[in-house]
Amino acid sequence: MTRSNALTPIGLQLMWDRLIAVVEEQAQSLIRTGFSTSTREAGDLSAGVFDGSGRMLAQAVTGTPGHVNSMARSVGHFLERFPVETMKEGDVFLTNDPWKGTGHLHDFTFVTPAFRDGRIAALFASTSHVVDIGGRGLTSDGRNIFEEGIYIPIMRFAERGEVDRTLVDIVAANVREPVQVVGDLHSLASCNDVGCRRLAEMMDEFGIDDLDALGRHIVERSVAATLEAIRGLKPGTYTNAMRIDGLENPVDLVATMTVGADGIDVDFAGTSGISSYGINVPVCYTEAYTSFGIRCIVAPDVPNNAGSLAPIRVSAPPGTILNAQYPAPVAVRHVTGQMLPDVVFGCLARAIDGAVPAEGTSCLWNVYAFGGPGRVECDPALVADAQPFTVLSFHSGGAGARPGKDGLSATGFPSGVRSVPVEVTEAISPVVFWRKEFRTDSGGPGTDRGGLGQVMELGILEDAPFAFSALFDRIDHPPRGRRGGEDGTGGQIGLASGARLDGKGTQTVPARDRVVIEMPGGGGLGDPRERDPEAVARDCRAGLVSPEAARGRYAVALDEEGAVDSEATALLRSREVEHAG
Amino acid sequence: MPRARLAADVGGTFTDIAVEHDGRLATTKVLTTPQAPEEGVLAGIARALSETGLAPGAFELAIHGTTLATNAIIQRRGAKTALLVTEGFRDVVEMAFENRFEQYDIYMDRPEPLVPRHLRLGVRERLDARGNVLVPLEPGALDPIVETLKEEAVEAVAVGFIHAYVDGRHERAVHDLLADAMPGLAITLSSEVSPEIREYERWSTAAANAYVQPLMAGYIARLERALSELGFSCPLYLMTSGGGLARPETGRRFPIRLVESGPAGGAILAAHIARQCALERVLSFDMGGTTAKICLIDDGEPQASRSFEVAREYRFLKGSGLPLRIPVIEMVEIGAGGGSIARTDAMGRLTVGPDSAGSDPGPVCYAQGGVAPTVTDADVTLGWIDPAAFAGGTIPLDAGAAVAAIAAGPGEALGLDAHGAAHGIAEVVVENMANAARVHAVERGKTLGERTLIAFGGAAPVHAARLAEKLGIGRILIPQSAGVGSAVGFLRAPVAYEVVRSLYAALDGSFDADAVNALLEAMREEADAIVAAAAPGARLVRARAADMRYRGQGHELAVGVPAGPLGPDSREALIEAFEAAYARTYSRTIPGLTIEAMNWTLRVAAEADPPAPCPPMPDAEAAEAMARRPICDPATAGMAGAPVFSRNALAPGARIAGPAVIAEDETTTIVLDSFSASIDALGNIVIARDGS
Repeated sequence: MTRSNALTPIGLQLMWDRLIAVVEEQAQSLIRTGFSTSTREAGDLSAGVFDGSGRMLAQAVTGTPGHVNSMARSVGHFLERFPVETMKEGDVFLTNDPWKGTGHLHDFTFVTPAFRDGRIAALFASTSHVVDIGGRGLTSDGRNIFEEGIYIPIMRFAERGEVDRTLVDIVAANVREPVQVVGDLHSLASCNDVGCRRLAEMMDEFGIDDLDALGRHIVERSVAATLEAIRGLKPGTYTNAMRIDGLENPVDLVATMTVGADGIDVDFAGTSGISSYGINVPVCYTEAYTSFGIRCIVAPDVPNNAGSLAPIRVSAPPGTILNAQYPAPVAVRHVTGQMLPDVVFGCLARAIDGAVPAEGTSCLWNVYAFGGPGRVECDPALVADAQPFTVLSFHSGGAGARPGKDGLSATGFPSGVRSVPVEVTEAISPVVFWRKEFRTDSGGPGTDRGGLGQVMELGILEDAPFAFSALFDRIDHPPRGRRGGEDGTGGQIGLASGARLDGKGTQTVPARDRVVIEMPGGGGLGDPRERDPEAVARDCRAGLVSPEAARGRYAVALDEEGAVDSEATALLRSREVEHAG
Repeated sequence: MPRARLAADVGGTFTDIAVEHDGRLATTKVLTTPQAPEEGVLAGIARALSETGLAPGAFELAIHGTTLATNAIIQRRGAKTALLVTEGFRDVVEMAFENRFEQYDIYMDRPEPLVPRHLRLGVRERLDARGNVLVPLEPGALDPIVETLKEEAVEAVAVGFIHAYVDGRHERAVHDLLADAMPGLAITLSSEVSPEIREYERWSTAAANAYVQPLMAGYIARLERALSELGFSCPLYLMTSGGGLARPETGRRFPIRLVESGPAGGAILAAHIARQCALERVLSFDMGGTTAKICLIDDGEPQASRSFEVAREYRFLKGSGLPLRIPVIEMVEIGAGGGSIARTDAMGRLTVGPDSAGSDPGPVCYAQGGVAPTVTDADVTLGWIDPAAFAGGTIPLDAGAAVAAIAAGPGEALGLDAHGAAHGIAEVVVENMANAARVHAVERGKTLGERTLIAFGGAAPVHAARLAEKLGIGRILIPQSAGVGSAVGFLRAPVAYEVVRSLYAALDGSFDADAVNALLEAMREEADAIVAAAAPGARLVRARAADMRYRGQGHELAVGVPAGPLGPDSREALIEAFEAAYARTYSRTIPGLTIEAMNWTLRVAAEADPPAPCPPMPDAEAAEAMARRPICDPATAGMAGAPVFSRNALAPGARIAGPAVIAEDETTTIVLDSFSASIDALGNIVIARDGS
C-alpha cells in the first residue's frame, strides 16, 4: 500500500483490520507475560488503541466483557488528569481507581502515548487483574474501599522512560505477592510498548502521518452499522426486573430500556440500594456488562470501538447497587455485574420477539479454598501442622437455553473464563476433588432445554479443617425460563455430612468433611411439552434428564428400552393440554 | 543396490507422490480415493514407476502420510468407542474448559466429544497427585462395565484415570482385565498415549487415539499388503505430526500421532532448505486450496509443540477443536486458500474465507458450477494466473466468468469494478495471513522481519511477495516442486520418536536429581528401542528438554536439558538455561521467584547426513521471457506489463528483475515491482527485495 491509496475503501479496511491485529498482539503479549491466573487463564484483561481525544478505535478480541467500555471510558479520565499536550515521549500512566478504571482495585489500567515525529499519534491502554492488592483480597468481606487494598490514583508510572521507583516500592510493600504484582505492572507497560511499535510500523507501511481519517472511517462505519441493527428492533420502552440472592438482602435489578432510532438507552432506576459488603458495582462496570449483553444480540459482528459503543447509553441512579459511590466496597462487583446481560435480555426479548436466551447461572461458581495456620477460623491447634495453601479455580453452572438450541452446560456466560484442571489444583495443594459431573435434571425444561449445572465435591488430604470462601448467587433465585420454559434448578452448597453453607462468605469445613457444590442449571425456553420427544429420549439415555422428569415435566413416555412411546406420549401431552385448558 | 526413495502424501483432494533417485526428484499428483485411500496411493505409485522407469525392487524406503485419521475425526467416522474414567469424572471431556471460545456468539457450541455420555463410564479407583492410592481398584469393579461394553458392541476403549500420568498402574490393571474379558478389543491408556498432567487434554487424546485405532490399523495393514503384492520389499515408514518417521507398529499403537502428517512434511521441507541454504530464521508459508499454514523455523528446526487441536470447526478458531497432546510441528492454520470465498458483510466490509469452494465446485473460473468468487478468481482477474496454463494447461480456466462473478458480487457491493474488487480480495487475504503470522510470532516471543519466507503449495508463490512486504520480510525462496512440498518433505524427515513424562520438580532445595535421572533414563530406554528398531545401526541423536516456568505461571517454556546424568550442579544450570530462555522470549527475568519444571521430553532421532550445502550461485546468461502480459502491482493496484518466464527454462544463476511472472505446471510465482528473482544452484527461486 502506498500513500496514494491508503485512504481508498479497501485501504481503510485493511488499516482497520491491521489496527485490530495490533491491539490483539498487545493483548497476547500481556497474556504471555502476566502472572495472575485470571489474566492468563480467564482472559481477565483488555487492550485497546485510542485517538488523542480519548476515542477508542480498536479493542483486542481477546479480553473480558467486564472491560468492554469501562477501559474505553477510563482513558477519558486519564486525559482529564493529564491533558494530552502535557504527555511526553516515554511517559506511562496508571491507576487502579475502581471508579476511573474497571470497577475494583485488583484491576490496573495503563495508558501510554504513542509518538510519531514528536506528536501524539495515538494512546494505547491495557488493563489486567493482579494476583493481590492487599486488604481483604478478592472477597465480599470489606465494608468500604479502604479495607479492600491499596488505591493508586491516576498518576505516572514512568516519566520520559524512567519508572517511578517510589511508587513501585509502595505497591510492593502493600501486597502479599510483591514480585508477581510488580511483574504484572511491568507487563502492562511493556504490552503498551508492543502496541506503540506495531502502530509505528503500520503507519510507515501505509504511509500515513496520523489516524484522523482512519479513526473517522472506523467510528462512522461502526455507528452506522450499529444504528442500522438497532433500527431492526421494535422501538419502545421495555422494563425488566430480576431478583437475585444478594448478600444480606435479596437484590432487585431493574432495567428500563428505550429503543429508538438514535440508539438504545438503559436506565436502572428502581434497582436496590447498595450492600454493606463488596458486591457493589461502580457504574463503569455496569455499563460494561450492559453494553456487552446488548451487543451479544444487536450487531455482534461490529468490532468494539467508540462508534459501536456510542449508540448504547447506560445510566443508574447514584446509590443503587449498580452505581455505588466512593467509598463503597466493590471488590467482588462481578457477582452482581455478571447478572446484567440476563436483565438486558429480558428487555430485548420484547424488542425482537423473544429471540434471546433464557436466564442462566451468569455469575461464576469458583472454588476458592485455603488452609494452614492463621488462615482458617478454628482452634489454632487443629491447623498448627497443616500445610498452608490457597487454591482458586473457575467453574460455571448451566447457561440459559437459546432460541433453537439447548443451553450450554457447565459453561461460563457472560464471563469468558477457562476452568483450572483438577489435576493441576491437586498437584499444588492438598485439595482432592471427588466428583465433577453434570447435575441431572438441573437444566430448566423447555422446548429448548437449559444447560445443566455441575456437582463438585472436594476435601483435603490432611486431617485438618480448611476454609472455603463462597461467592455464589442463584441459590434462592434460580435462573428463570422464558416463553413457557421452566426455571433452572437453583444452586446449593453444603457439607457432605449434611449441613448447609452460606452462598456468600468465608466458612470453615471441619476436618475429614467435604464441601458439596451443586451449581444452578440454566432456564428453559418454550413449553417443554413441545420439546421433540426424541431429544428427551436422548437426554434420558445420556442421563441428563431422569425418566421421572421426562414423564412429569416433558410429558414424554419412554418404553423399557428408553425409546419414545409415541402413543403414550401423545396421550400424556393431550391430557396436559386438557388439564391446562 | 536399491537407492530410490518414495513418498506418498494423501491429502483431501490430491494424493501426491514424490520419487527421488540418483539425486533426481520426480513428482506426480493423482486424485485421492476417499473410500479406499490405498487405491489412490497405488495408482499414483504405478504412475510414478512408469514415469521414472523404476522397478519396485529399486526402492530402499517408502514413506506414507495421510489425513485419514484427521478426516475420521472431523467426519465422526471412527470406531464405536467407550471412555473409562475415574468415577465422578465422566463429564470432563464434555465440559472441556467450561468456556466459550467466541465471546459474542451466543449460538456457539463446543465440539461434540468423540464418546457420547452413555459410553463414558466411571470406574471406582483413585490416586492422589503423588501416586498414592486413595481408593483401590477392586478387580470386580469392571464386571458391570464389561457387560455394558459387550451389550453396546463397543469396538475401542480409552482408559483415563486422574493422575495416571504419575502412575499408570490402575490403567494397566484395567487394560489386562479388559484384554482378558474381550480379546481383540482396541485399548488405549492415557498414561501411555499422553502421560501429561491436565486430565481433559490427556483423556481427549486417549479417546481420539482409541477412536481412530481400528480404522488406521486396518488401513496400514491393507497398504502394507498391497505394497508387498506390487513387489515392494523395502520397509514402510509413516510420517508423524512431529515431523519424524515411525514404523507401522508405532502407527498402529498411537495412530493419533499421525494426524497432521501432511503439513508436517511441508515444514520439514522448509527446514531442510533452511539448513541447506544456511538460513537461520525462516517462516514457512504453505497455501493450498482451503487453508494456509505458517510455521516458524529457527536454526533449521521447526517450532515444536505438544499442543494441537484437531477439527477446528468454527472458523479455525482456537478452542473450537478437540485438543490433542501429541508431538507436533507448531503451525498456525488460517482459512485462507485459493478456494476461499469473497463476500461483503453487514458493514459493507470485504471478507475472504474462511469457507472455501474447495475443488468441488471450486472457484468460478473452474467452470464446474462454482458461483461464489474466490481468491483464485481474483488471481486470474489480476493477471497473476494464466487461465490457459493452469495445472500445466490441463484445467482451462474461464477468466471471463471470474471477472463477471467478482464484478457482480463484491464489486457491486463495494462500488468497485472487477479489477478494484479483485485487488481488494487479494489484499484482504494476504492481510489476514499477515495478521495471523504476527500474532503467532508474538505468542511465541519471536520476530518476523529478519526471516526468509519459504513458500510452497499451489497458491503460496502467487501471494508470497506481497505477504513478505507486509511482514517486513526481504527475502523469499520458492523451492522446486513447490506444488507437492509435503511429499518432498517426507523424503527429508528422520526416523524419530518423542516421549514425554510429567514429573514436578521445583528448582529449589527440594530438587531431587536422582528422581529426574531415573525418569529420563526410563524415557531414553523407551525411545531408543523404538528408533533403533526402525533404523537399525543408525547413530542416535537425543535432545532433552524440560517445560519450565516461574512458580504460579500458566505457560511453560521448553528449555534444553544438557546431556548426561544430572548432578548437584544441574539445578543451577537448569535455572540459568531457563532464565536465558525467558529473557529471550520476554526481554526480562523475574528475580526471587522459584522456578519449577512440569514435564520432561526426549526426542530421539536417527542421525541423518547433513544436507549438502547449497553451492554458490553460478553465472548464467540473461533469462529469456516466453511471453508478456499485464499483471497487477498490489501496492498501487495498477496494471503493468510483465515478462513471463518458464521455470523449467531458467538455469541456475538466471536473474530476473520484477515485475515478472515465473510459471510452472503446479503454481505461478509473482515477482513484484520492488523485488528481483534469481535461480540458485539447487533450482530454488530466490526473490529479494531491492535494496535489502
